[in-house]
Amino acid sequence: MKRVIEVENLVKQFGNFTAVNNLTFSVAKGEIFGLLGANGAGKTTTIRMLCGLLLPTSGKITVAGYDAFTQPEQIRASIGYMSQKFSLYSDLTVWENIRFFGGIYGLWGRELKLRTSELVDEFKMNEFRDVMVESLPLGWRQRVSLAVSMVHKPPIIFLDEPTSGVDPIARRMFWETIHHISLQGTTVMVTTHYMDEAEYCHTLLIMVDGMIQALGKPDELKSKHAVESMNELFLSLARNSNANMM
Amino acid sequence: MPAIQITNLSKAYGEVKALSDINLSVNGGELFGLIGPDGAGKTTLIRIITTLLLPDSGCATVLGLDTRHDYKKLRGLIGYMPAVFSLYSDLNVEENLNFFAGVFGTSVRENYDLIKGIYHMLEPFKHRPAGKLSGGMKQKLALSCALIHRPKVLILDEPTTGVDAVSRMELWDLLHEIKDKGITTFVSTAYMDEAKQCDRVALIQKGKIFGVNSPNGFAQMFPYKLFAVYSSNIWLHLESIRQMVVCETAYMFGNKLHFATNSFDLRAENLRESLLSMGIDAQVDEIEAGIEDYFIYQLSEKSRS
Repeated sequence: MKRVIEVENLVKQFGNFTAVNNLTFSVAKGEIFGLLGANGAGKTTTIRMLCGLLLPTSGKITVAGYDAFTQPEQIRASIGYMSQKFSLYSDLTVWENIRFFGGIYGLWGRELKLRTSELVDEFKMNEFRDVMVESLPLGWRQRVSLAVSMVHKPPIIFLDEPTSGVDPIARRMFWETIHHISLQGTTVMVTTHYMDEAEYCHTLLIMVDGMIQALGKPDELKSKHAVESMNELFLSLARNSNANMM
Repeated sequence: MPAIQITNLSKAYGEVKALSDINLSVNGGELFGLIGPDGAGKTTLIRIITTLLLPDSGCATVLGLDTRHDYKKLRGLIGYMPAVFSLYSDLNVEENLNFFAGVFGTSVRENYDLIKGIYHMLEPFKHRPAGKLSGGMKQKLALSCALIHRPKVLILDEPTTGVDAVSRMELWDLLHEIKDKGITTFVSTAYMDEAKQCDRVALIQKGKIFGVNSPNGFAQMFPYKLFAVYSSNIWLHLESIRQMVVCETAYMFGNKLHFATNSFDLRAENLRESLLSMGIDAQVDEIEAGIEDYFIYQLSEKSRS
């Protein structure tokens, strides 16, 4: 299986504080990789380094074949990013938003038009394509936001707590879309506080105090730690954190 | 007398109906959950209950006092923790607590027993500015400040949003302790899995409440037979499973698919065989529904009609 993210002995220090402590893992093409951790565990720092937004202190990171130390710009051009505070233009329609962000990524003319209608089809947004984003339900806005993050056909997308606050059906529909794009070969790295969503990932990495506490398939991790649910596993690992005491 | 009574309450912002004809009654001493997605009207309802917003029609009473007319009296009886952090970031932990005690004409010492359990976790940081606390600690301080005047009713607006699983669990432990001290506690959340922490729950969607019950009560209202289907590549088959004649709804719950059917004579073994004939090798068990199954049932009924 082709690896699209490779991380070796990754360390990030802020002054005396070690935010990320010696991470080693890899992510295969098309994998849905969940990064879990309590607030302050080092998730955001890790993601920022993987996105080429923050220089590591030491170690090795390759993302989509590019080196995070020497080629952060190429990394940024090869990834899509969507967060819970997604920034769509609420007074533009779905179609206009995709076109706008496509333009930012350097698409234009026929190519831009083609890509926009491709995404509208793929994310089943035809019904809504001319509706202003502000009048869409939250679940649909999240879907538009996901489409926008993929406008430049990135091989990897990062989703930072993408489903916060939506109803139970919208949340599941969103995950079905994620599985759909993963089947097509896009690699997905996702953070979430919902432990039932952690089970929707192919592979999970649980961070505590900047270190890897668990890494593997959800079912394997549960049987290895002899727990019934991800929630139980997460609580048992994260509860002993130093960060809890800060 | 109920602790909170809401009667035919409506509120609109311009054209947008935030709340439509809400009726709700919360018993004294109850831990009550208001559960629904963002934009359902949770914050609007809470702002009306806490006397911060007037309804267009209908009324809300808390401890028998009207939120419109008796707001001055009520504000001393309600503890309120808003969704956004609203303490003074540049005051330290101790100063914030003293400030809020002062505003309500009381002192920290007088009510220390009530917040002791929470405050002892904050004590090591009592000289740290509130703005520099971690998310979990900020929340504990906000909760202490909402309790410092010994309210009869505590109202929390989405205290667990964006909070990690550990802090969420700690917060619910604290809310149970507060309830045990006899304080009526009203909490809103978008997390369905928190319903089981509450004595009773109201489900809210698009400004309407479509059910008030205990978490178990909701589960029993689920009208279909339910199966859990487990298979390693189940995500690939969701569409074809939903096409099955016997399938009402099929949604993922953790690592299993919850398959609802109104063919009540369908047995786990039958379903397993049908799936196998579609090339899906699965483990199938009949299960009891939970409150989230019921919520999904309601949502899909509404989108059909």
